[in-house]
Amino acid sequence: MIKKVESKEKMKIQTVINGKSYEKEVEPRKLFSDFLREDVGLTGTHVGCEHGVCGACTVLMDGKAVRSCLMFAVQADGTKIETVEGLVNNKTGRSLKAAFSEHHALQCGFCTPGILMSSVEFLNENPQPEKQEIKEMLSGHLCRCTGYTGIVEAVQQTTDGNSK
Amino acid sequence: MTDKIGHSIRRVEDARLMSGEGSYVDDLEPFANVHHAAILRSPYAHANIKKINAEQALTMEGVVEVLTGEDILEHTKPFPVGVSEPINYYSMAVDKVRFVGEPVAVVVAKDRYLAEDAVDAIKVEYEPLDAVVDIEEAMQHDAPVLHENIGTNIANQRFYDYGNSDKAFEEADMVISHKFNFPKYSATPVENYGVIADYTSSENQYTVWSNFHGPFTLHTVMSAALNVPSNQLRLMVPKDIGGSYGIKSGMFPYIVLMGVAARKAGVPVKWTEDRQENLLASSSGTDRVTWIDAAVNKDGTILGMKMKMVDNVGGYIRAPEPASLYRTHSNTLGAYKIKNLQMETVAVMTNKSPTGLIRGYGGQQLYFPLERMMQHIAKKLDMDAAELVEKNLIPSDAFPYETPSGGIYDSGNYQKALKTALDTAQYNEFRQKQKEAWKKGKYLGIGLAAIVEPSGSNMGYVTVALTPEEREQSLPKSGCAEGATVSIDPRGSVTVRISTVPSGQGHETVAAQIVSEVLNVEADKVKVIAEMDTATNPWSVASGSYSSRFAPIGSSAIYQAAQKVRNKLLRIAEHQLGEPFQHLTIKNGRAVAEEDETKQISLKRLIGTAHWNPVDLPEGMEPGLHESAFYTISAAKAPAKDDTVNGSVTYGFVADVVTVEVDPDTGEVEILDYVTVHDAGKLLNPTIANGQILGGLAHGLGGAMYEELAYDDNGQLLSGSFMDYLCPTATEVPNITIEHQETPSPLTPLGAKGLGEGNTMSAPAVIANAVTDALTPFDIMIDDLPLSPDRIWRKIQEKKRVVVKEEF
Repeated sequence: MIKKVESKEKMKIQTVINGKSYEKEVEPRKLFSDFLREDVGLTGTHVGCEHGVCGACTVLMDGKAVRSCLMFAVQADGTKIETVEGLVNNKTGRSLKAAFSEHHALQCGFCTPGILMSSVEFLNENPQPEKQEIKEMLSGHLCRCTGYTGIVEAVQQTTDGNSK
Repeated sequence: MTDKIGHSIRRVEDARLMSGEGSYVDDLEPFANVHHAAILRSPYAHANIKKINAEQALTMEGVVEVLTGEDILEHTKPFPVGVSEPINYYSMAVDKVRFVGEPVAVVVAKDRYLAEDAVDAIKVEYEPLDAVVDIEEAMQHDAPVLHENIGTNIANQRFYDYGNSDKAFEEADMVISHKFNFPKYSATPVENYGVIADYTSSENQYTVWSNFHGPFTLHTVMSAALNVPSNQLRLMVPKDIGGSYGIKSGMFPYIVLMGVAARKAGVPVKWTEDRQENLLASSSGTDRVTWIDAAVNKDGTILGMKMKMVDNVGGYIRAPEPASLYRTHSNTLGAYKIKNLQMETVAVMTNKSPTGLIRGYGGQQLYFPLERMMQHIAKKLDMDAAELVEKNLIPSDAFPYETPSGGIYDSGNYQKALKTALDTAQYNEFRQKQKEAWKKGKYLGIGLAAIVEPSGSNMGYVTVALTPEEREQSLPKSGCAEGATVSIDPRGSVTVRISTVPSGQGHETVAAQIVSEVLNVEADKVKVIAEMDTATNPWSVASGSYSSRFAPIGSSAIYQAAQKVRNKLLRIAEHQLGEPFQHLTIKNGRAVAEEDETKQISLKRLIGTAHWNPVDLPEGMEPGLHESAFYTISAAKAPAKDDTVNGSVTYGFVADVVTVEVDPDTGEVEILDYVTVHDAGKLLNPTIANGQILGGLAHGLGGAMYEELAYDDNGQLLSGSFMDYLCPTATEVPNITIEHQETPSPLTPLGAKGLGEGNTMSAPAVIANAVTDALTPFDIMIDDLPLSPDRIWRKIQEKKRVVVKEEF
């Protein structure tokens, strides 16, 4: 059922983020990335382009990697969200983080949260990927520090099950 | 444990950055009641502003204030610039706009959404003027003039004559000439600019957080523009910056603009640049036209070069520009023992966005023509390019080597590094493979580049933009100073405060490594504070991260401060043990007499004495353990009267060999292998060093093949989003082999030189050389970039007939 929302009128949304339930009033035009950073205070999700190319704002919505800058907050109503802050409770996430550090897969760290989130989803769907598949997954992300070499190695190591 | 320097310890920065606990500027709320700014930008490249009507905007929900050029005129002065022409550059357009994206009005509102709503309601009446974007057109006498008070678009022009070029050109067997175009591209860190400004009216005090990372000479420029004493502009930088690669180290007009916004609105103001704003109007490298003449003998000896290089600095000249023209002044002839050089440098203003530093600053603009020219000369002489390069390289026994323009190359062994590169890439074998491939209609190519990588800029180099007479009017500029503080608190914890303002280079890690080695404590016990605060940090005009200066300069300041603390501890030990200072060392948490280890005292006790019991300190010693050191290198002298200057303190070397395959039907280039050999002296942390190289190489790859801020003739930006401005992704980065050679610098205490910019400088040249080589049967000349398929395809189509010589 479609309900007309007046300009500046707020809508109530309910979402579970990193296992914690939130109920918030938001304007329908508010981007989900801004909602996470400004309304929920989870500043680990970064905004790099706001047109869906750089991938820095990637989060998991019901387990799927999505670009939070290409979504409105109201679209997250009733969903389960995982952000980089929640990876501490995610086994694949913890392994990836250890591998990223080992392979110097991050420098400034700004793109890293989004890359970690996409990698978690990718490895959940595809536990034994080829190197080329890893590169193709990463091609949805811009990193201007590392030249990607360390990131590819880190994801590859996590698939091989070599990490702690 | 005593050998922490030179090892690849894990980065201390990683854990917080992977937990969402980094502190980037947009994450901060350093003041209460922060409001948000949005900027109205010019849709015209060149126009007079007739009228701005913000009445409606001011009535809109949440809007606190609207600023226009009038406010800027009232509260600021033009930014000082490093050229003699009186260019009026303000943080916002005051009467006319000179590039698309130039700020025209600022709205301050309760949040960014409301601020952007109000921006849409501001009405501006423009009178459009003819625009000029092309370098050569802008220099014509009938070109539209951007700055009427100057009457020309030329902001800076100098002529230099080193050695005896006229004689060299007379004596040479031949002169080979060509013109090269280098495009405008940027660095696009994934984090855009961010500024949070506060103004305390009772103290006339500006406090501004931003992700600007030096050089802090620009603090002078910004405080002068705000028309306040420099201690009334307090600049602060959070410990995490989401990348920069140079563009956050040019002067930030937004620091001044948001300072004035906070002042007029009476609330703290936060502004975060969006990506469109970043591509339109932040900063970029310069496009450059270079004309080169080379005086060459038939045997391949190059006797001299004449170069005219013209940089496009955009609508205004913004400090530290025109430094792009001069950053490589001392190493204009690269790795070659050429003795004679004539040079003309010109900076022109056009209706493109203003420029500044990007990784490689000036190096890629220099080496693309120079290294392309080497291949071109080899071809004209029917020599192999590797042979020509090798023949002209500076020999290993010539160091320290003084270049004609005054550079002093501190150390190196270029032949050895080149040989490593050629052997690793299997140069000769590839030549065989190539001949076979050509016969089969497959176009394989191999290219090389041999470049000198300057690091640790001399603050004086920028002043060669002025004539010797102009320079004499003011204090000479020299040096490359950096400061650091090392302290030990009463419980024995070690803290290091640095002013190198890292943006991902791992300075916290390497600083901890250095201090842990000097004080013989574990690196993970050393806390490094990387936040910058001009009110409290030990900093110099040269502080910041640019010109790859951490390894030669920043690390040396840290090392020196740690040595001061160590010496103080050992002086206390001398006093307490009665053993001479020079016999003492630090081991396992104790000061120990090297010859008689029974004489020892715990560091804990020494530290305790300094803090809790200063009366037992040696006569005259100050209490506490808190030592700052400032470090510079005397080789960074002011430019001489003859215009020679040593623009950098250390000079590394990079030899690249790249193999490609080109599809002649589509013009598509595939890089098969990229071999790069680096000599950056002693490596402080090899993993971090390789990370810097890989990042710089990917940026160089972008410049070579993908990235361009393209404009149409009216000055409209054509690549204003990441759908049009293409950055390399993981699938574009080729196989890369890195080899190191470590010839220590004799000038730095740890023997280190800078690195990380080398391949940004070399990649466009080496890839273009490889592509040209692959297309030898078509006899094409690559003299412009990027190497997009359409550009290469057109060059192939221009050749009517393919001639494959039997002897290939």
